[in-house]
Parts: sequence; C-alpha cells; structure tokens
Amino acid sequence: MAEADTARVLASPTFRQLVTERTRYGWILSGAMLGIYLGFILLVAFAKGVMAAKIGSGVTSLGIVLGLVVIVSAFALTGIYVARANGRYDDLTNDLNRELGR
Amino acid sequence: MSARRIAIVGLLTVVGAGAALAAGPDLGAVQKQATNWTAVVMFLLFVLATLGITYKAAAGSKSAADFYAAGGGISAGQNALAIAGDYMSAASFLGISGLVFSSGFDGLIYSIGFLVGWPIVLFLIAERLRNLGKFTFADVASFRLDQTRIRILSATGTLVVVAFYLIAQMVGAGKLIQLLFGLDYLTAIIAVGILMIVYVAFGGMKATTWVQIIKACLLLAGASFMALAVLWRYGFNPEALFAAAVQEHPKHEAIMAPGGLVADPVSTISLGIGLMFGTAGLPHILMRFFTVSDAQAARKSVFYATGLIAYFYILTFIIGFGAITFLMSDPSYFKAGAGGAYDRITGLLGGSNMAAVHLANATGGSLFLGFISAVAFATILAVVAGLTLAGASAVSHDLYAQVFARGRTTEAGEVRLSKISAVVIGIVAIYLGYVFENQNVAFMVGLAFAVAASCNFPVLAMSILWKGTTTLGALVGGLIGLVSAVVMVVLSKAVWVTTFGHPAALFPYDNPALFSMPLAFLGIWAVSKIDNSARAKRERAAFEAQYVRSETGIGAAGAHAH
Repeated sequence: MAEADTARVLASPTFRQLVTERTRYGWILSGAMLGIYLGFILLVAFAKGVMAAKIGSGVTSLGIVLGLVVIVSAFALTGIYVARANGRYDDLTNDLNRELGR
Repeated sequence: MSARRIAIVGLLTVVGAGAALAAGPDLGAVQKQATNWTAVVMFLLFVLATLGITYKAAAGSKSAADFYAAGGGISAGQNALAIAGDYMSAASFLGISGLVFSSGFDGLIYSIGFLVGWPIVLFLIAERLRNLGKFTFADVASFRLDQTRIRILSATGTLVVVAFYLIAQMVGAGKLIQLLFGLDYLTAIIAVGILMIVYVAFGGMKATTWVQIIKACLLLAGASFMALAVLWRYGFNPEALFAAAVQEHPKHEAIMAPGGLVADPVSTISLGIGLMFGTAGLPHILMRFFTVSDAQAARKSVFYATGLIAYFYILTFIIGFGAITFLMSDPSYFKAGAGGAYDRITGLLGGSNMAAVHLANATGGSLFLGFISAVAFATILAVVAGLTLAGASAVSHDLYAQVFARGRTTEAGEVRLSKISAVVIGIVAIYLGYVFENQNVAFMVGLAFAVAASCNFPVLAMSILWKGTTTLGALVGGLIGLVSAVVMVVLSKAVWVTTFGHPAALFPYDNPALFSMPLAFLGIWAVSKIDNSARAKRERAAFEAQYVRSETGIGAAGAHAH
C-alpha cells in the first residue's frame, strides 16, 4: 500500500473510531476471560473447602458448577465479541472502504 | 478385554496436546497385543477415505497458496472443525476422561486450561493475523522487521516446537497402536510416518485439513454417543450420575472437589498460562488462520471452534463419570488380585487412561470399541500431519525461499522443496520414534507448549501490537524466551530427576511459562527501547502501514499466489 493511502486511512475518523472501539473491547473481554479463569484457579488452589461445598441436598459441588460456568463463559465471551464484530466493526470497516473509494 | 493387561499409566501424557498431563509417569514397557481386526478394518476405511481426498487435493494443488493454505478456500465452519480437531487429541480424549475416572473434579481443571486460551486468541490476535499473514506466522512477525533474522528465529521456534511435539506423538502413537491394534511398535510408527508423508507431500494443507475435519467429526460422534448412553441410564439427570459415581468411587465425595493434582498453586497457574498462550504460538494451529478467506471467517472459525472444544470437554467429563459408574462395579474390566479383589482406580486394565476405551465396550460392544480405537489412531495421524506441514513450511517458505534464496526462487521450486522437506521430516520422525521408544518423552509436549508460549507468541504479539518493537528486540527477547523455557524444563523434575537421575530438581515447578514468557516480553521491550539504530527507526516508521493493514485488511493479498 502506498504511503499516501496509509496517511489517508490514519487520518480518517472512521478508522480511529474502529480501532479505538475494537481494541478497547478486545482488551476488556480478554481481561474478563483472564479474570474468570484466574479466579477459578485461585479458588481451586486456595479455597478447596468452598469448591467442595454441596449445592442443595445433592452431591453436586460448587466447584463443578463453577467449572461449567467457566467453560460456558469462554464460549459466551467469544460469541459476544463475534456478534459485535460482525455488526458494528464490519459496518465501520465497510464505511472506511467506501470513504477511501474502494 | 483380557488382552489389555498392561501398565500404560501416563500413556496419553505423550500422545497429544497433553501438556497438562505431561508430568505424569512414564509409559513403561508395553506388550504387543493380539491383533484387533475390527479396529484395523475401521482404520483402513478411514485411511482409504482420506487417501481419496488427498488424491483429489493433489490434483487441485498447483500453487504455493494451494499447498500452504489450501488456496484460502476453507470455510469458517470447516476451519473450526480442523482447529477443534487439533485440540481433540488422543491425549485430551483418553487422558482427560482417564483423569476424571481416577480423580473426578481435577480432570475439569485441565480441560478448562486448554479451553480458555481461545477467547484471548480471538480478541487480540486472530483477525490481525489473518489480515497480515500469508502462509506462516513468520510472514506476520517479519512484516516490517528484518526478513532474514526474524524468519530464522521464527523458523527455529517452529522447528523446535514441531520436533518435540512430533517425537512425543510418534512414541505415543507406536505404543497406543501396539495396545489397541496389536501391531508391532516399529510397524506402527512406520505406518504413521508413511501416511503423514503421503497426506502432506501430495495433498498439502487441503488434505491435512480434511484429515483433521473427518477425524474431528468421527471423534465428536463417538464421544457424543458414549455421553448420551451414560446420561440415558441416569434419565439425563447429572445429579443422579454424580450420586452414583460418588457411591461407586473409592474416594467417594472427594471426587467432587479439588484433590491432589493442585497441591502447588504456582505450578497450576504456570501450567494454565502455558496452555493458554502456548495455543497462541503453536505453528500448526496458527497456520489454520491463513486457510480461510478473510478476517471475518477467521473470527467465526474461532467462535465455532471454541464451542466445539467446550462441548467436547463437557463430553469427556461425562464420559469419565460414566466410566466410574459403568466400569467400577464390573470386575471383568479390572486386574483381579487375591480372592477376586481389585483396586477400583489403578487396577483398570491398561491403566486409567483406558477408561474411555473400556466405556466404549460397555456402552456399544466390541464393534464400537473397534471404532473408538480406530478414531484414536486417526487422531494421532491427523495431528502429526499438521505438524509435518508446519515444519515443512518453515523450512521451504521461511528458511529456503526468504533466507537462503533471498526471494530468488520460483513458486514451483519452493513447493517442491516443501514436499521434499515433508518426506525428510517424516523419515526423521520415524527414526526418532524408533530411537526414543523406551525413553521418557512425557516432558516433550510440555516443552513444546512452553516454547510456543515463550518464543513464538511474544514475538508475534509484540510485532503486531507494539509500535516500538525492533528486529534486535524481537530477536533477543525471542531467544531469551526460547532458551529460558528449555533450560527451566531441563532443570525441572521431569527431566533433571526423572531422566537424568539427579536427586533434586533445580527448578521447582513443572511448567516454566509463568516465568519464561514474561522474560521474553521484557526482553523484547527492553532491547527495543535501547535500540537506536537506523534500522530500528525505519522499522518503527513502518508500523503505521502494518497497523492499518492489520486493523482493516486493506492491502491484504489473501492466500493466493505471490
């Protein structure tokens, strides 16, 4: 890509908006995933009693439920990202391409 | 079933992406079994089908883009299955269900560690990788940095990861096949080696991807069937399944809570970090982002893959608990001791990693047992084919075309060299599998993940995300990560004590990633900061063009010819 094109893209408010929004969103979701995972691992490492606690009168423990929550949340977070990326970010990218006359 | 009276504790630690389990004990001697013809016939059917696809792929593979990246013609859904297939190794299937069988809850800790890397890859890496790259991750890392030096570093990182991973896979394959099929060890590894050469050399990425897709579908179908059979028995009520398991299992309620595997929190967290970011640096997985048409498809394929992997791990969890309730009360699955008594955990025929295989017999009879055995073999084959392709691409596309020939080569010449490399890697893999037959190779998968997380991933992430990264910084930081990961693994218990026989480990943790990965990032950052050469200035200035392309895909060529 020619340098002039790069400068044009960099100067475009649409581009700046796209990058700022997506980067912030990416880091927030990454932070959420890391937080959930580390929270789970730290509970496993330091609070075994909490993880062993029974749910209701059965044998299912809190640890198993939380483990499933971590698995489901990994899937849910990717879903949230993709939904937003396929809508908002792809629209912005298309706007940008139109601005640049491509 | 009496044919499986062998100690294979820790087998699956060496079979696949079982970095989590890599600290397990050695496989030990494995006896050759009576030939299991059902499994052999089913496996031959799989081979015939995949060879047919390879033949078709070979006819359609003309350009370098076809060979390395399947011409960018893999759809998001297909790519998701292939990525998930790389994950659903024999180790995660048999190893994790075996771990759940023997210790319950602890198995879940490992599955989660394998899974949570994916969202991060999606949020920070996947789209940018697809926008910048062409065939290998070195294309991305060297986008604005020095081609020669960064490609040598990336190719070294790739080949080190491929070598360790491949040795572990070959040895594991030989032993698993001895056990499940009753084939000779050497026959088994020669069969694996030749098949992977054929897939890669003739069919390139297209054949390699389809082998992985077919295997993923077969494995998902087989595992779903077993999990359904288990849940069916308990009226689809997990609480009833857990209650029955607690009653059957000698550890009783302890299987519902964290146990002995997490005695050391630092090792657990380091392992988690290694698994999470190792995924983002495995060359054969990164290559899969270049096989799709654009960033949007890359994004979708990670989303679907995460769902498939999550589903698969939930299945292995149910299968592990199912194995407790179906097998533990049936003496025919156990080695009988004095007076017919047996140990309900360690006494399982073939070791606890065989829990899923025995459960296949218990839920679907000997035909289904043959099916699951064949799928386990297919799994190993699919993973080694992907590794071989990644290694061959590093040799031909990165080292030969860009470093030695400095771009003065034809596309046909590069592809030819790639095929030759695939043949050489296959032969070397057979030889190494033969040499390492009786060695403890359990640490090698862990080492592969540690190097991927500590060398490949930091170099890739910093070159994409941080403007200040220079060639010198990436080079020094990447080498620090590579060397520190290898040294820490060598000084850890798995190698220093188990292999070399020293009395105490010099590095106290099993997995180095928590330390070696930050060292690499720090190295890249610090050296780039003090690098004030003219080249460093040019490289920083070139960031803007890379930045625009990585964020928007504008200027991206897609996976077609040069």
